[in-house]
Amino acid sequence: MSEKEVKNLEEIFEARIARDEKIEPKDWMPEKYRKTHIRQISQHAHSEIVGMLPEGNWISRAPSLRRKVALLAKVQDEAGHGLYLYSACETLGISRNELYEQLHSGKAKYSSIFNYPTVTWADMGAIGWLVDGAAIINQVPLCSTSYGPYARAMVRVCKEESFHQRQGFEIMLKLANGTPEQKEMAQDALNRWWWPSLMMLGPTDAESVHTEQSMKWKLKRKTNDELRQQFIDQTVPQADLLGLTIPDPDLKWNEETGHYDFGNINWDEFWQVVKGHGPCNKERMNARVGAWKRGAWVRDAAMAYAEKKEARKKVSKAS
Amino acid sequence: MTNNSTTDQSSLPLGEMSEGQRGNLHNYILGIADNSLILGQRLGELCGHGPSLETDIAGTNISLDLFGQVRSYFQYAAQVSGDDTVTEDTLAFMRIEREYKNVLLVEQPNTDFGYTIVRQFLFDAYHLLFLRELEKSTDETLSAIAKKSIKEVSYHWRFSSDWIRRLGDGTSESHERVQEAVTDLWMYTDELFHQTEADQAMIAEGIGVDTSKLKDIYYKMISDVLEEATLEIPVGKYFHKGGKQGIHSEHMGYILSDMQYMQRTFPNMEW
Repeated sequence: MSEKEVKNLEEIFEARIARDEKIEPKDWMPEKYRKTHIRQISQHAHSEIVGMLPEGNWISRAPSLRRKVALLAKVQDEAGHGLYLYSACETLGISRNELYEQLHSGKAKYSSIFNYPTVTWADMGAIGWLVDGAAIINQVPLCSTSYGPYARAMVRVCKEESFHQRQGFEIMLKLANGTPEQKEMAQDALNRWWWPSLMMLGPTDAESVHTEQSMKWKLKRKTNDELRQQFIDQTVPQADLLGLTIPDPDLKWNEETGHYDFGNINWDEFWQVVKGHGPCNKERMNARVGAWKRGAWVRDAAMAYAEKKEARKKVSKAS
Repeated sequence: MTNNSTTDQSSLPLGEMSEGQRGNLHNYILGIADNSLILGQRLGELCGHGPSLETDIAGTNISLDLFGQVRSYFQYAAQVSGDDTVTEDTLAFMRIEREYKNVLLVEQPNTDFGYTIVRQFLFDAYHLLFLRELEKSTDETLSAIAKKSIKEVSYHWRFSSDWIRRLGDGTSESHERVQEAVTDLWMYTDELFHQTEADQAMIAEGIGVDTSKLKDIYYKMISDVLEEATLEIPVGKYFHKGGKQGIHSEHMGYILSDMQYMQRTFPNMEW
């Protein structure tokens, strides 16, 4: 294809996105669009899968049968989200095995928040309320992103995420209205998860390398800082309702801007965790890589069995 | 769900039962429920660590089904106990080890995917046969729980027996691994058919399932799949039992210290 032809195709492509048309797997797309989408969708899928681990940590110790069932179902939903996001990603011409390989080698990233430990039951509430809350803010705009398979996967993901967030808030509410020990457990969880949740919305706009292009392709509708402000504005009244204190002495309502002002985020901590040196980076990777390695013989057996079955079918057809 | 009925074939309404009858019914329900509770707990430990995303989701599904069944049984057992302080959660989390009545099979560890699947397979066959009979129970609540559970357990059986075929007739490594698990776990199969006093009393009342009648068909059902999977059917004559009387393996204490952690550390709180 000549340079002129490519340029022509690119123009048609950008015009389609500007008209809010969906791009489908078989449509022509610029290589950069394909790569950016593989990066973002797979990062999202990996986050779902690694995100199963901190919550899975409390399944065996959930304090009631009702909570145990709800937690199991939630972690299972995350596996389901992983599944459709990997499938959406595969439509861009990459296999699930290649994507796993990128996760296991450390080439692909996942949300840093999952590198923090879940040390009490209240963390199940805080993750649902704050982490899923921040995730929804990030993800709702993606329901109308330009790449069709991703947008459609996100519609379902978002529905389930908002259910998870309510469930998390309800765990916090029960604790906040419980005994002094329970209330303390809830406050402690908020103290530990608040700042990582703010970091989860990504580096400040000045530091964010992908924002501009992603805005153009509707992979992003608002900047990280705008999303963070939205999250804070939405969450502060919820903390008030719980009777819990957000661990930020600088947090206060600003009449003029109509938003909450907040204190400085410790970006050194953020980059430390992103670069692989958070409290649980090593454990999370060991768990994923370990499960994959331990499961190799099982996957091999399934393949071998399927091949044998296929061969038998052919033999019986031929005879 | 109702548990009272006045038709001739139905069991006595709870209010008309003697204390002994209630006690037997209570123990009988726990005997059924504890199997699902402990197996569900074991499967829950694996959530997020499966050999593939699909098997992970399926294992969690089975765990969820089992816990759902447990809740129905325990809610009924709490009602039968006639004691207001007994709830599904006190039954699940506040008993001592000797009071749990599950069979030894379900408490065996998640050694690897082979052991997990064989444990599931050996239990599912029994569970399905058992529920099909329990559906005919004169106790309407148990019958209703069984009816709902049969649909779920039919799927569990399909899932586990399909995996037995894949692993048995897959690669030489998978064949060896799954054969080892079958041989090792075989000694826990006979206990499934062991009858306690409560079991016998409930059979006499038309409430319980006479499991002795299921034994032959059970061994045929699992042997057929094992044969198809090119696996050897163990010839072991030595079996273990004790779980139903509350005498468990050394694994059980660890399962409970995990499962009961919150309730023991923070007693009398709502979550």
